[in-house]
Amino acid sequence: MDFDALLSCFGSASCVVTQATGGLISGMLLFLVAAGLSLIFGTLKVTNFMHGSLYMLGAYFAYTLYNLSGNYAIAVVGAALGVGAFALVFERVFMSRVYGSDVLLQLLVCYGFILILDDVVKIVWGAEFLAMGMPETFQHPPVMIAGGVLPVFYLFLIGITLVVAAALGFLITKTRIGKIVRAAAVNPTMTSALGINTALVFGGVFALGGMLAGLAGALAVPVRSLVSGMGFSILIESFIVTVIGGMGSVAGALVGALLIGLVRSFGTIGFPLFTDGLMFLFMTIVLIVRPSGLFGKDR
Amino acid sequence: MSNRSSPASKRRGFIQGAGALTAAAGLGFPFISRAQNKPIRIGVPTILSGRVAQLGISSRNAIEMAVEKFNAAGGLGGRKIEIVTRDSKGKPDEAANNTRHLVNSEGCEIIIDAESSAGAFAVQEVIRELKVLSIHTCSETSSLSADPKIRVPTAFRCVRQGIHDAIVSAAYAGNVAKAKGLKKWMTCSPDYAYGRDNTSLFVEYLKKFNPEVEIVGEAWPKLFQADYTENITKILQTKPQALYSCLWAGDLVSFVDQSSIYGLFQQTNLFAINMADYTTLTAVKNLPAGIHSATRYLKTYPTGAENAAWADAYKAKYKDYPTNWAWQNALAMEFLFAAMKKTNSTSATKLAEALRGLTIKSPFGADGTVTMRAEDQTVIGYAIGWGTTIPKEPYVPSVVPGDWKTILEHEAQWKKKMGYA
Repeated sequence: MDFDALLSCFGSASCVVTQATGGLISGMLLFLVAAGLSLIFGTLKVTNFMHGSLYMLGAYFAYTLYNLSGNYAIAVVGAALGVGAFALVFERVFMSRVYGSDVLLQLLVCYGFILILDDVVKIVWGAEFLAMGMPETFQHPPVMIAGGVLPVFYLFLIGITLVVAAALGFLITKTRIGKIVRAAAVNPTMTSALGINTALVFGGVFALGGMLAGLAGALAVPVRSLVSGMGFSILIESFIVTVIGGMGSVAGALVGALLIGLVRSFGTIGFPLFTDGLMFLFMTIVLIVRPSGLFGKDR
Repeated sequence: MSNRSSPASKRRGFIQGAGALTAAAGLGFPFISRAQNKPIRIGVPTILSGRVAQLGISSRNAIEMAVEKFNAAGGLGGRKIEIVTRDSKGKPDEAANNTRHLVNSEGCEIIIDAESSAGAFAVQEVIRELKVLSIHTCSETSSLSADPKIRVPTAFRCVRQGIHDAIVSAAYAGNVAKAKGLKKWMTCSPDYAYGRDNTSLFVEYLKKFNPEVEIVGEAWPKLFQADYTENITKILQTKPQALYSCLWAGDLVSFVDQSSIYGLFQQTNLFAINMADYTTLTAVKNLPAGIHSATRYLKTYPTGAENAAWADAYKAKYKDYPTNWAWQNALAMEFLFAAMKKTNSTSATKLAEALRGLTIKSPFGADGTVTMRAEDQTVIGYAIGWGTTIPKEPYVPSVVPGDWKTILEHEAQWKKKMGYA
């Protein structure tokens, strides 16, 4: 533990800005993955253990599309849509068959696809790691805010994630589609009896969750190397985020992801050998104080 | 009773003798002939899947290339070599099982152990039991050959060693630090055995070569961590003049890419020991100029034409650059072939005897030769140096070679300190 370093950081504007923005950046990508995971669980009541693989697919799709088109915008949109389409097919053909089944069966289906997709990635893109590099648009010196450093690409990343978070919140709470999704989540039988195609709703929600994971992968690819199996570590962190924020709550996913990002960012200054432990400790405290998570509904 | 044989019994004896001779001619001689032409099977336990699959793939490629050349030249008295590869997926227990299977069931007479350190220690124990000849080609952990308790009479090591790297790296970094006045240093290495050992040895020797150096901070990202933002912002806050890292492969690529957009390399000199390997150099799309790195493998270092020709042949055959693991396996095969020719045998005892202290000409030698040191059955004299990167080939245009006299002096002291000598 290095309390002096932590106190000294809190006393310096540049340190606070750099660490806080660093935490936000890490949190934003986590949010996109965790939001999809939470949305799927909240509506379909299944835990998509394969969500990290959708993030991986998004990264590889974006890598390929960028190399083909040279345009990062096309790569991001194409990757998100591509993963969304894959998620829809996966949900209709496989996941929909295990709704209401034992969680172990769901886990088995997802785990099987984790292995299949990891191998498919190796066959298509090779076993060696890949890197896309930073698109030219973002190759600028970092922005200085109160002495703190913020890379231009991360400004874009924060911006686009906030827009997605706002749009998702609006979709769920303010639109008719959102009402249908919430109704299907609470009582799918009654929703179906009202003439709403719940299979379409479930497929749509799964596809939306997949799109968010694919978007996260596409946004990560300029700064993270790609390798088969890369979705696993982000899946673990996403589960921590959803547990902290509350399973099924998109707002909870946002707050949980940002808290995890900030805990890690400042934790690395004050608790350099306990950063991961700090994250799990934080999750444990939340679970003890509020077992359903910060934004979860008590059962 | 007379012991003299009757004519009838003589006749029977003759017929039996003739029959035996015919049988020997029909069965025995071809048997001997088949043994002479029986292929020499070499087992290669390695990692062919997962995040470090490139280790096994490039090792296998280099072995295959060497064997093709050896077989084309006639093999060992007509006996050709066959390679049998097994994937441990990076699991030490599978590495041990695979080795046992290769020897006991596949009939392999020799093992080229292309496992990482975790697997190599497991393989070593199997070799101790089975007593076949083995050459480790990927484990850099010094104790594998330095520690007499771990050593096995028929196991050799043909790999750059952690202690050698630490001495060369610290000598180079210490000199650069003196020349540029770099006193405040920080480290950022992966948080597992290799990262910890490598970094602590580097720091120990850096302070020996330049006592003015002060370590002002440490960052320990996890192995295979995707996001280094928290480590990079910590480094930015600590403001070291120089940063040492033994991150490798995809982790190093992510770290460099993420650090670049923070402008980290404008304020800090990066000493990344594992940067100058083609797999990494070609993966970083915006490779910053001026990163200091050890030469893992470069076709331009050693500077000889033979090294460049080997790299070109490898690239032509596999459509990829050779790796650090590739040259180590190629060198192991050079040693093995030399020992086979010297003994005209595949006997583990004879080959081990021939390998001990053997010096061979090699494109990977610092002075054109490499020696298998007898006392600890590990290679010395291989090319090792440091230089600074440029974003395109040859990537490290000028290399400062490591001085083997300095390496051996410090290594001897280290062995005494560790109780190995």
